[in-house]
Amino acid sequence: MSEAAAALDTHAEGFHDELEPSLTPGNSGKLGMWVFLAGDAMTFGAGIAAYGALRWYNVNWPDPADWLGITLTAVMTFILICSSLTMVEALSAVQRGNMPRMRLFLGLTVIGGIIFLGCQASEWHHLIWGEGLSIKTSLFSATFFILTGFHGCHVFGGVCYLSGRLFGSIGKEATAHEANLVEVAGLYWHFVDLVWILIFTFVYLI
Amino acid sequence: MAEMAAAHAPHGAVEHHEGPSYVAVFIYLTLLTAAELGVYGLGLPKPIMVGALVALALAKAALVAMFFMHLAMERKGLWIVAVIPLVIVGFCYFMLRPDLSRRTWAHTQEDVVIGHREEPSTVLPQIPQGKALSGSDQPADSQVGQTKPAAPPPPVPQP
Repeated sequence: MSEAAAALDTHAEGFHDELEPSLTPGNSGKLGMWVFLAGDAMTFGAGIAAYGALRWYNVNWPDPADWLGITLTAVMTFILICSSLTMVEALSAVQRGNMPRMRLFLGLTVIGGIIFLGCQASEWHHLIWGEGLSIKTSLFSATFFILTGFHGCHVFGGVCYLSGRLFGSIGKEATAHEANLVEVAGLYWHFVDLVWILIFTFVYLI
Repeated sequence: MAEMAAAHAPHGAVEHHEGPSYVAVFIYLTLLTAAELGVYGLGLPKPIMVGALVALALAKAALVAMFFMHLAMERKGLWIVAVIPLVIVGFCYFMLRPDLSRRTWAHTQEDVVIGHREEPSTVLPQIPQGKALSGSDQPADSQVGQTKPAAPPPPVPQP
């Protein structure tokens, strides 16, 4: 090896030492998911901000309680909070090497998501065919269907994602890689829960 | 028990997040949700109710982000990724407000048709398919933000 090549190697080594440590060592997927969620948060945030801004000055805005069922959505909120608990318990289980327990809690999380979607489908059915609401009826109904529909799509995506993780883990042993995959999936699911917490307050209660 | 768990733990860089019990966070979230429903049902004045509900919702969101998403235990650099959307959304909201405050339709009390439950007080014009919307066809609500057409020039007297 020539002296120039040796000097280049030395320089590269020095450069490597100057690099900052990774934000999420050993799990670049987690950083990728955080960046994705940041983009998703901007989309949801823009929707919620537009909803708030439209409603703030609009004297014709109806009282949401006249049209939306608070009891059902409170139950839906509780279901999502429960599913967040089962999600972190699944992560805790795989980090401790207990794969059957991880699959149990991951399955419970998926079931929670499916129940949530069923409740939302029931609510939409009542509003569309019972009350005559549609996305074209008014600003109130348009913002309602866009926000809850976009969130429902995320829940559906989360159910598919977690189901894939659940079936993909069958027959596998608990490894650091497996734990990282569950943690990344959990980040997505908790984000969906977090967004619903805001939608429940801003769209249904206020 | 802890030794057993350690013995079965997967090899490699598994991160164990030290923090409050997940069940405790779940109980806080449930209690905050119950508090929200309580505030909602108390019939407080609107500004107080809105302030309390927003505070409770932000507290719940913070709990989920900090402990379920482990933001409290992550490196501080990750906060930048999490905070940037909030800044942009706040900017978006405060940029929209001055525009919407000038919209006259928002300040005009009307009989708004929401769904089938209410009888419409005014019949909206039926627009045949394939016909482009003209100014007279549009309902009042869709003329938001449009400038009033200029008055035609006065007729020039013929000599």
